Amino acid sequence: MPAGPVGELQVVGHRLPKLDAPQKVTGQIAYADDLRMSGLLEGAILRSPHPHARILSIDVSAAERLPGVRAVIHAGNVEQRRFGYGDDNLPLKGDKVRFIGDEVAAVAAVDEETARRALELIRVDYEVLPAVFDPFEALEDASPSIHDELPGVVGNVAMRWDFDDGDVDAAAARAAAIVEGMYSAPQAAPAPIETHVVIASFSPSGHLTVWSPVHMVFMYRKALADCLGLDWQNITVIQPPVGGSFGGKIDIDSHDFIAVMLARHARRPVRLVMTREEEFIGTRTRQPIHFRLRTGADAEGNLLFRDAEVVSDNGAYNAWGSHAMLVAMSTITSMYRVPNSRIRCAVVYTNKNYGGSVRGFGNPQATFAVEQQMEELADALGMDPMDLRLKNANQSGDVTPQGMKITSCGLSECLRIVREQSGWDQRRGTMRDRHRGLGAAAFIHVGGGARIYGSDGCGAIVKVDDSGQVTLISGSSELGQGSETALAMIVAEEMGVPIGSVQVVNSNTDIKPWDVGVHASRTTFVAGNAARLAAAAARDKLLATAAELLGAPPAELRIRNGMVEVAAEPDRRIDFARAVRRRLLREEGTVVMATAFYDPPTEHQDKEYRGNISAAYGFGAHVAEVEVDPGTGMVRLLNLWTAHDVGRAINPMSCEGQIEGGSAMGAGLALSEELVMFDGQIAAPNFHDYGMPTAVDVPRIVVNLVETVDPLGPFGAKGVGEAGIIPPPAAIANAIADATGIRPRAYPMRPWKVKQWIDSGERSHVVVAKGGLDDG
Amino acid sequence: MRIELRVNGDDYRREVEPDLTLLHFLRDVLGLTGTKWGCLTGDCGACTVLVDGEPVVSCLQLACQVRDREVTTVEGLETADGLDEVQAAFVSNGAAQCGFCTPGMIVAVEALLRSNPSPTEAQVRESLSGNLCRCTGYNKIVDAALQAARARLLATDIA
Repeated sequence: MPAGPVGELQVVGHRLPKLDAPQKVTGQIAYADDLRMSGLLEGAILRSPHPHARILSIDVSAAERLPGVRAVIHAGNVEQRRFGYGDDNLPLKGDKVRFIGDEVAAVAAVDEETARRALELIRVDYEVLPAVFDPFEALEDASPSIHDELPGVVGNVAMRWDFDDGDVDAAAARAAAIVEGMYSAPQAAPAPIETHVVIASFSPSGHLTVWSPVHMVFMYRKALADCLGLDWQNITVIQPPVGGSFGGKIDIDSHDFIAVMLARHARRPVRLVMTREEEFIGTRTRQPIHFRLRTGADAEGNLLFRDAEVVSDNGAYNAWGSHAMLVAMSTITSMYRVPNSRIRCAVVYTNKNYGGSVRGFGNPQATFAVEQQMEELADALGMDPMDLRLKNANQSGDVTPQGMKITSCGLSECLRIVREQSGWDQRRGTMRDRHRGLGAAAFIHVGGGARIYGSDGCGAIVKVDDSGQVTLISGSSELGQGSETALAMIVAEEMGVPIGSVQVVNSNTDIKPWDVGVHASRTTFVAGNAARLAAAAARDKLLATAAELLGAPPAELRIRNGMVEVAAEPDRRIDFARAVRRRLLREEGTVVMATAFYDPPTEHQDKEYRGNISAAYGFGAHVAEVEVDPGTGMVRLLNLWTAHDVGRAINPMSCEGQIEGGSAMGAGLALSEELVMFDGQIAAPNFHDYGMPTAVDVPRIVVNLVETVDPLGPFGAKGVGEAGIIPPPAAIANAIADATGIRPRAYPMRPWKVKQWIDSGERSHVVVAKGGLDDG
Repeated sequence: MRIELRVNGDDYRREVEPDLTLLHFLRDVLGLTGTKWGCLTGDCGACTVLVDGEPVVSCLQLACQVRDREVTTVEGLETADGLDEVQAAFVSNGAAQCGFCTPGMIVAVEALLRSNPSPTEAQVRESLSGNLCRCTGYNKIVDAALQAARARLLATDIA
């Protein structure tokens, strides 16, 4: 649906509190662990203590005899099939375990204590196998083979992502400056405050209901059916309010299947609650990705090529984490105008907890490499990095080498805003004596859905009842990001009713129409367009009835503030609800209800990774200011200026919330967050040591919302959910480089590492091409 | 063992196991699920409640340790007029996103404002440094706390 003229907006563009906020500040809202139900058993999972081992035997007899135990399951006594991308995973492992935390057996008991005691009574004999944790070692011939059962997997390579555009070697031959370096991103955790919780219950007739804060709910239901041999018509999934996900709860995990299998065996409802330790060791992480990147430009600063060798360490199983390269690839080929690019990437299995689809999905990692090289290259060319960026910035109307069609692009404006606000031209390069520095980074990210599946669509139903209450039933769900409120605002705007008249129902697969799910920053764009279409259709039905009552044709009517009025004579008007009742309460009356399904006009990438996968792309730029203590290596983030092209801010306060929250997560990635691992064992799976930023670590974040009014977005809006997290690691690394002269090669840039770099004088590797510049 | 205590103004008498935490007492015995947990190790602050006006992480406190004392949870903050100043400021500033840290965060702000009715921004940040939030980046929470402090001072002045 085109944005169309928006005229004077009544609701959209206003700073409105989230609809669910009052329930959240009073403690009334019930998350999954707050649900109470009769006969509920508590489940617990026995996890592998070995990173790689063959399971020789499992003896559960003592556990089964423990009073209070209602079910003990393992691969030997359940029906289950493989799941996950490439069918490389099994809920309860039968042959081998592949990381510390892999699921081996599970118990349901009358209470948690009994369930945990029963786990201790399960005897598993393992044959410990050599394990591999380094993805580069995993690629060597001598490496242990992690998925020897999968015929297609050779040398632990789970997937390849290779891309060629133009002629990189020819471009390199005419480059005036080329920079080259290794850049590494660590294993990190989404770490929502609410851990994973799942409740499974079968009715006497065999109907399964699952309560889970998952956000790709229809795929979740299908995966449950496929893996467990259930009839998917006989499964209802209810999504309780989500206590944070950030991609951690997007997908189906082994424990979801295990809860259902326990409920089936025990013939009682079962709840599985991950402890914080399990959340760190046994749920999806952000995959470490290692980039060897080269970027070259001519003497005028026109980018000529990017050349990348990439190893993505996705751990023991693929899940969707193997597809983080889809996004990382788009940043390497399409962040700025790059006429030639080459990518050779292997996604590698290692004996570690595996990667998932965590906020930003490969993009913070890739941007860390790409945007540091923009500043290294600018230095090598003797240019200002902002000038280099502006010279090569993507523009509206561009089609990138991967076929991404950029319909609206505020990148240059975003760069100019943060340049101005940070005092870039006056301050960068002048504060080293005070150990302070400025660094920038920009981003490109999908902002209009992402066609990964057969459809990228979302369904919507809008109904109006006899009171005038408008209900949007959306396929898409709320994660806390405020999408529910944004959708209600879109409906209110389209129908001309106050926001208080709109409610949203979105959490039950029996009720809501199909949707791909909440991912890829797609909800406001895709679910928003669906909601707007349904609202417009419902409004038109209402106007047809109002036209009868007002004696004026529908085209001359408008709805404002809940009143239908003749546009030219606003005194001729009737209450919105009266028109609804007029339509309903008569012979052959009808309800005011309309449905819509919006699938963006996009295409799958072909086998060469070309195709316009999103209907719009989001852009933005950050500048970070840091202070580095040269004695300790401690980096303090002093300021962060951000500018984001959001198309249009449906709810500016929520947009700020996404950008501020994402930026804080990005700062955590940059400076402190890491799952430190020794021989496959996560050293400290707890909040105390993980390094999540607190209120004293996050500075004031300046947020600028740049509105380019996308031609296809609802009221011009584009996605913003993931954007904030993408630039900070790169921007902060660049700021450290400005403050110290060292070039960070990996994050998190923890004090001991920064100190080591300062002491060893780590510098940018500038390769000077023929006829080029002096060695910088 | 038998304990008596007051929670949100109501008096309770209950038989509890000696190792039952205050968190589980509130959630499982009294059914007050407004108090959340995120770690059970005292690191995230989601389970913060007031005991005699002082903030404690209820996952590290035993129920039997609060016998004869007064506990306030997020459910006990609303006034006859509805949301109290801190809750209202959290709503209007967009300080609650997923909302899971919100009860503990609000109780921590309440504790601060009771001891320091006019905190500086730095004091707000310091006093909230034991409460993790993954959604907001904290700035809107800090704004809400400062706004609640101003609102409360104004209300006191008028009274």
